Amino acid sequence: METLLEQIESGKLWQFPGGIHPPEQKSISNQVSIGSLPLPEYLVLPLKQHIGANGQLLVNKGEHVLKGQVLTQPGTNWSLPIHAPTSGTITDIKPMPSAHPSAMPELSIVLTPDGEDKWCDLQARTSIDGLDNKALIDIIHHAGIAGMGGAGFPTYVKADSAKTIEFLVVNGVECEPYITADDMLMREHAEDIIRGIEVMISILSPQCTLVGIEDNKPEALAAMKLAAQHNDKILVRAIPTKYPSGGEKQLIKVLTSKEVPSGGIPADVGVLVQNVGTLFAVSEAVYKGKPLIERVVTVTGNTIQTPQNVWALLGSEVKHLLYSQGFTPVDEQRVIMGGPMMGFTLPTVRIPVVKTTNCVLAPDNQELAVAGQEQACIRCSACADACPQTLLPQQLQWFAKGQEYDKLEEYNLFDCIECGACSYVCPSEIPLVQYYRVAKAEIREQKLEKVKAERAKERFEARKVRLEKEQEERQNRHKRPARSAPAKDKAKVSEALERVKKKRPEQSAVQAAIERAKAKKADGDATTLEPDNSAVALERAKRKEQARKYKEEKAGTDQGSAPKDAVAAAIARAKAKKADKETGKASSEAPTEATADDPRKAAVAAAIARAKAKKAAKTPSEQTEVEKPATEVASEDPRKAAVAAAIARAKAKKAAKAAAEQTEELVHEEPVTEEAQEDPRKAAVAAAIARAKAKKAAKAAAEQAEEPINEEPATDEAPEDPRKAAVAAAIARAKAKKAAKAAAEQAEEPVNEEPATDEAPEDPRKAAVAAAIARAKAKKAAKAVAEQAEEPVNEEPATDEVPEDPRKAAVAAAIARAKAKKAAKAAAEQAEEPVNEEPETDEAPEDPRKAAVAAAIARAKAKKAAKEAEQARLESADTTEENSTSIPESELNPEDKRKAAIRAAVERAKAKKKAQEQEGNDLS
Amino acid sequence: MTLLYALIAIGALALVFGLILGYAAIKYRVESNPIVDQVDAILPQTQCGQCGYPGCRPYAEAIANGDDVNKCPPGGEATVKKLADLMGVEAKPLAGGEEAEPIKKVAYIREDECIGCTKCIQACPVDAIVGATRQMHTIIADECTGCDLCVEPCPVDCIDMIPVAETKQSWKWQIDAIPVKQLD
Repeated sequence: METLLEQIESGKLWQFPGGIHPPEQKSISNQVSIGSLPLPEYLVLPLKQHIGANGQLLVNKGEHVLKGQVLTQPGTNWSLPIHAPTSGTITDIKPMPSAHPSAMPELSIVLTPDGEDKWCDLQARTSIDGLDNKALIDIIHHAGIAGMGGAGFPTYVKADSAKTIEFLVVNGVECEPYITADDMLMREHAEDIIRGIEVMISILSPQCTLVGIEDNKPEALAAMKLAAQHNDKILVRAIPTKYPSGGEKQLIKVLTSKEVPSGGIPADVGVLVQNVGTLFAVSEAVYKGKPLIERVVTVTGNTIQTPQNVWALLGSEVKHLLYSQGFTPVDEQRVIMGGPMMGFTLPTVRIPVVKTTNCVLAPDNQELAVAGQEQACIRCSACADACPQTLLPQQLQWFAKGQEYDKLEEYNLFDCIECGACSYVCPSEIPLVQYYRVAKAEIREQKLEKVKAERAKERFEARKVRLEKEQEERQNRHKRPARSAPAKDKAKVSEALERVKKKRPEQSAVQAAIERAKAKKADGDATTLEPDNSAVALERAKRKEQARKYKEEKAGTDQGSAPKDAVAAAIARAKAKKADKETGKASSEAPTEATADDPRKAAVAAAIARAKAKKAAKTPSEQTEVEKPATEVASEDPRKAAVAAAIARAKAKKAAKAAAEQTEELVHEEPVTEEAQEDPRKAAVAAAIARAKAKKAAKAAAEQAEEPINEEPATDEAPEDPRKAAVAAAIARAKAKKAAKAAAEQAEEPVNEEPATDEAPEDPRKAAVAAAIARAKAKKAAKAVAEQAEEPVNEEPATDEVPEDPRKAAVAAAIARAKAKKAAKAAAEQAEEPVNEEPETDEAPEDPRKAAVAAAIARAKAKKAAKEAEQARLESADTTEENSTSIPESELNPEDKRKAAIRAAVERAKAKKKAQEQEGNDLS
Repeated sequence: MTLLYALIAIGALALVFGLILGYAAIKYRVESNPIVDQVDAILPQTQCGQCGYPGCRPYAEAIANGDDVNKCPPGGEATVKKLADLMGVEAKPLAGGEEAEPIKKVAYIREDECIGCTKCIQACPVDAIVGATRQMHTIIADECTGCDLCVEPCPVDCIDMIPVAETKQSWKWQIDAIPVKQLD
């Protein structure tokens, strides 16, 4: 019995099943030697021309490069470099249509040749003695060589095979019709190819090297045999012409009788296949030092005047190739990259030649007919006979049409080499291969998705575990005794407390509040609503009490800054309030007067306090830990205080939303925001908060889309400083949202706000504003007949102080309007008309700003009326009108462009709301 | 006596076969996938909560307990169909009336607008958002399941859900794109 090697050496050939004999059409292009092309106007070099990752760019736009200069740095993961095919300037680096059936843009380097074609320094070698495998593989790698037969697999990866290679198979078959690139290359450069083969032999040291060439290329066969004469390890074999014997698996079968297992690679059976073009490139790289920058491309077809093979620089556009060879396009001209069997029609001819482009075929409509109408499968089984992979094409077709992907895999769809033999023989003109390609892409995508889903699941579960752990840790922390704050912080806080005591007799108010809170808590103990959390909450309350006492005791020196003082007070109040909230009781506001040495700060403090209170009400046992540190941090400087306040408010908002009962009025948040304006960062934060609120409002409106009319006025009034304007707008929006929310429930009524407001009107502007506020309140009061809601008494001072300057006045106006609106909403059934609005409005317009305020009020009213008239939908229409009216107003100060931006933001918010109303998730 | 022998023989045989069967039952036991796992494997694992359950697994459990199979908008009709097949129920259109073929989306943070509040990080079910307090956040696009959950909590509305761009890898051949027929 002869061994396999002996059989091979004796010249035995095997057969693969199936296969077809399409018209060869090779003589069209193999009559003349390989031509060269003029330099194109520009070259388009996609960064990725092979299978694997692309390298890192090494050049910049505008840089001058020499021929052969490396343009990308290969990394890991099968990446290959690309090189400049000629000397010139990089004119652009941008996505350009790629050599892919989709022509999807891909990052490419656009190179404008300078016409000099000047090489960079090349390292030529006369022999490879003394170069080890690694060095050789490195040369191949850095020459950017990828399989030139069609797939574009990085050659260095193949050459670096971990498996022992018994047979090196050189693919010179070129079975596809029309293509003669390898044929001509073998005829003209057989010796170089053999040298390339020898390089591969030295790397892989196979038992035997087989060169397979179809017997329809006698010249190439002769040339190769001649060139390989000196090396008896290289066996040149003429194989019978049959399509697709050039397929890797088919060629291995023919030459070695081995079959590559399903899903495997040739190396699994000890075989490695290289295309002759690739080996030529290897020889050029190793012996001449030339990287892969050009290749032989067959330009053929009936519409080409001089069909022939040409040396095309990589990156030359197909158009350049076609017109260089005399291209006369016909109607509905198709240009195919690759052969007629496996190639793809190009969507455009402005596509570059890449490392895998072996043929550009421009047939007329006679030689390559346009596909006819697909007809029903008649089960003739011709496809199964033609299939070189012994698959069942018609079965696959059924499954592909029915999208039965499991079945497709069962029937080994992925062993299909997409040779197109089945489509070729199909009498019903069914584009079978197309079905398989679609199905393959689909299956691949599904697999990817599956992997992704799996990963998502893992991450989700990991996160869940983490959260649980954190939760547990938090619980444990509650159980432990109170942690004392760092000494420094404590000192500061206590200083502040001390100063408060000394400075103001009202300090007692704080105490009082604390006392009250304690009392309430004591009350609450009896009526705890949430048994689960109550223990923890109590514990914490106790702990806090302790801490407070400790601080008070420690209070020694009389120093510190006012803000700290205020914040500390606020914390105290907040705690008090929280404690009382935890008991599930509605509490009255802790007296802000205590801290009233600076009303603004007081307001901040109050905001924090309220925020906490709400939070506490909602989630008694959660996140308090988080809040407290935040607040404490806040006391360190006013800016932080502002941020903390913002956080507090955000939380409050959350609480308000989730709790959905007892919406409180956050009137004095504004001052805080204003304070924030003191520096841009704060302003930004405030703006962000404002936006957030606006968004919330929009959402809350979902059921009865409400219109935050007052956004425009705010914007209009804004001027001078756009940032402040943004803040003001934000406030307005926030209010609108509040109103929306409050509409559902009975909002609490700030009954006694009026008196305070009355004090305000020191100047006409303020008067107008105050009036607005007053009106709003009056309305509200009227509305809230049913409820005797509690009143945050201290809100007024803060609000009143505000209108110190016109800007603040604007804000106040906005507030007023918001309130008015809320009232209107809450009423819903019996909206009353505040009689006294008109006169006041009339007084107002002494200056444009006031006018704007007045306009806003007017609009607010208009809107209310509209609302009362019913229909949430109509309102959105309203909005548009208001938008248009707001524009002229804002033109009062046309010099300020930023206002426009603000307006745009407002618009966006509205657009979003509308979108939500329509339930179309159409974001942005 | 003969009767006794017969009984003994048959009894012995029964015992032997019983042992063999018992051994085989243990040795060649087929690990059947519990229904919840099977359902969970079909669900897209976006963990978006659009079904009303806090994640895909809880919904899988609910389905196993008889909940409707048409509550998974990210999965689209295909998932509904698969679930219906598995559960042996009628495939219904999606409960929310969503489109049958959901567009795959990925979250994108407009980074200059991000205020670093970490809210989206807390909301993300798959930890696909990186960032820290008062630092800009960003999305790890590869890990994003497009669940939408981060959009709502964002206080400044700086998160967009953008459709996943088609790449050469995700591009699909169109039937009839290439005429492969050759006329002589």
